[in-house]
Amino acid sequence: MGPNLTWYLAVSAFLFAIGALGVMLRRSPLIVLLSIEIMLNGANLALITFSRNHADMSGQIFALAVMAVAASEVVVGLGLIVAVHRRKLELDVDKLSTLRG
Amino acid sequence: MGNALVWAVWFVAAFACLGSAAAVVSFSNPFYSALALIGNLGSLAVLYLLLSAEFVAAAQVLVYAGAVMVMFLFVIAYLGRHADAPWAGGPSWQALGAVAAAGALMVEIVVVVGLKASGRLSNAPDVTAAFGSPSEVGRVFLSDHLLAFEITSIVLLAAAVGGVVLGSHAHEDPPKPASSGLLQGEGRAR
Repeated sequence: MGPNLTWYLAVSAFLFAIGALGVMLRRSPLIVLLSIEIMLNGANLALITFSRNHADMSGQIFALAVMAVAASEVVVGLGLIVAVHRRKLELDVDKLSTLRG
Repeated sequence: MGNALVWAVWFVAAFACLGSAAAVVSFSNPFYSALALIGNLGSLAVLYLLLSAEFVAAAQVLVYAGAVMVMFLFVIAYLGRHADAPWAGGPSWQALGAVAAAGALMVEIVVVVGLKASGRLSNAPDVTAAFGSPSEVGRVFLSDHLLAFEITSIVLLAAAVGGVVLGSHAHEDPPKPASSGLLQGEGRAR
């Protein structure tokens, strides 16, 4: 047996923190979306690690559902970014602070 | 597979994963960030294989590293170059606060997981070869988690409809009615 399951959880916590850092630090909405993907994948790694720990497939099912939600989120988020770009607004999440276009 | 080989594969995959995640956050060009995220997703698929989740690893490569990232790269190429240097003009208070908050979040995760699960994580139970296989995933998905399966289909349908609505040109006041929307978008590159 290879590394302890604790090591996988450590990687998962680091991934989640790096993704959260990207969400808070970066101003481009594209990079914010990419960082949210990193956070979702950190959560997925924790789910699959606990699924292996309990020898129960439900965690993997949950991870697949998270993947579907992430794909949906990317579709809507990229649609929003393209819509913002078409209205000639600046792509900066600090400046997109009002709901009126 | 030998113990040392598993450790070596885990080491390479884990550090490729963390390194490419840091690269996603720190590159100023979004195109490079998206390419680094593909590496991140690929090395995560290796970790999933080590955890005997074969179907999830395959779906990760097909859905994430394939379809989702192609869409990301397409939109980044459509928007043109929007360089955004994360550390431009020295570290600001907002950047320092973001680093502190992310560090606090990680400490919180480690403490909570360590308190609740540290005793039970020492050894992984033996599983059969069917664990994580596509047939087993399909059986569990369509028996125990049928409601989650159906809700997933509704979520995907709503996202598809939302993408079409957001991408339609109906609500836009047309400055030049003769030309198509794609050409307008290209003419506006800043």
